[in-house]
Amino acid sequence: MHPYTATVREFLARHIRGHQLQDSDDIFALGFVNSLFAMQLVTFVEAQFAVTVDNEDLDIDNFRSIDRIIAFVTRKAAGPAPEPGP
Amino acid sequence: MNIDIVGVVGAGIMGAGVAQNLAQTGHQVILVDVAEPQLERARGDIRQGLRLRRLMKTPASAEPIDAILARITTTTELDRLADAQFVVENVTERWELKQDVYRELDRVCADPVIFAANTSAISITRIAAATRRPDRVVGVHFMNPVPMKPLVEVIRGFHSSEDALERTRAVLTRMGKDCVVVNDSPGFVSNRVLMLTVNEAIFLVHDQVASAADVDRIFKGCFGHPMGPLETADLIGLDTILLSLEVLHDSFSDSKYRPCPLLRKLVDAGLHGRKSGRGFYTYT
Repeated sequence: MHPYTATVREFLARHIRGHQLQDSDDIFALGFVNSLFAMQLVTFVEAQFAVTVDNEDLDIDNFRSIDRIIAFVTRKAAGPAPEPGP
Repeated sequence: MNIDIVGVVGAGIMGAGVAQNLAQTGHQVILVDVAEPQLERARGDIRQGLRLRRLMKTPASAEPIDAILARITTTTELDRLADAQFVVENVTERWELKQDVYRELDRVCADPVIFAANTSAISITRIAAATRRPDRVVGVHFMNPVPMKPLVEVIRGFHSSEDALERTRAVLTRMGKDCVVVNDSPGFVSNRVLMLTVNEAIFLVHDQVASAADVDRIFKGCFGHPMGPLETADLIGLDTILLSLEVLHDSFSDSKYRPCPLLRKLVDAGLHGRKSGRGFYTYT
């Protein structure tokens, strides 16, 4: 299990009661949370993992599931892709 | 006359939402509040609202966020509304405050300017009487969150002219809203029913019939409501709910509107709902 999984799962569990969330569960499609929660989630990701969610990152697909959130955070933490060589 | 410059008075949840919606639809906005910290908070909320819009891939959300924000000017000076062609007022639901604001607006704003009162329960006729332009005062009861709700309750005050209502409808249409016009009565349609529902839901928790989560779950699961009454209360703001119930209680002199003691207690304790991070639920 990825080291971030527990942190993300714990945050989501505070807002999604009565369901054992799988890592690949689409929390929006399954109706567990609404769009108002989406910004709370973005704010949590920024604060918890010290990443900046830029305008280009504001795609709900990056936040749909525990797996996708972790993939997004990992990508952001790795920094921008290196420029191609000469 | 095309209405391109709109004044928004009061930068709380509703004022910020109205300002965001207006800016999204190409209007220049002058957002006024007495407190600079409130204006700063509103700027932050509007930015978050625009980010949410982008996040949820709302159609027409491709315009750069900074370009939309550039249309909003924030100020503590009501005199800046001399340039406004239409005004939406969203100050706290207290008559003494609103009365002062309308007197000032009357002094500052040009003659043809319509004042649209975004009040949740105070009489539009009463507001109009505090001005010298009662025919140009209408009620516009926006729902929360403003940019996401397609329908607005428009209220015809005793003296509101059909011209004022039509011009208001035109502004709302450009904002992407449809509207239903109702006659002036305390709480209009929406809040007269909703506040009773919310108050009874709070009594259920107070009387230990069920937990807040279970009350909401029954409304969502049994009736298909997107949000239960207590989640809704947190969203509106428990302080606003209390003020609205007090207005209804005073207006009808009917004890069915007496606020539940638990509501007063939560408000006194500073638990105002989403905006304070905690109400019936916790948001941080």
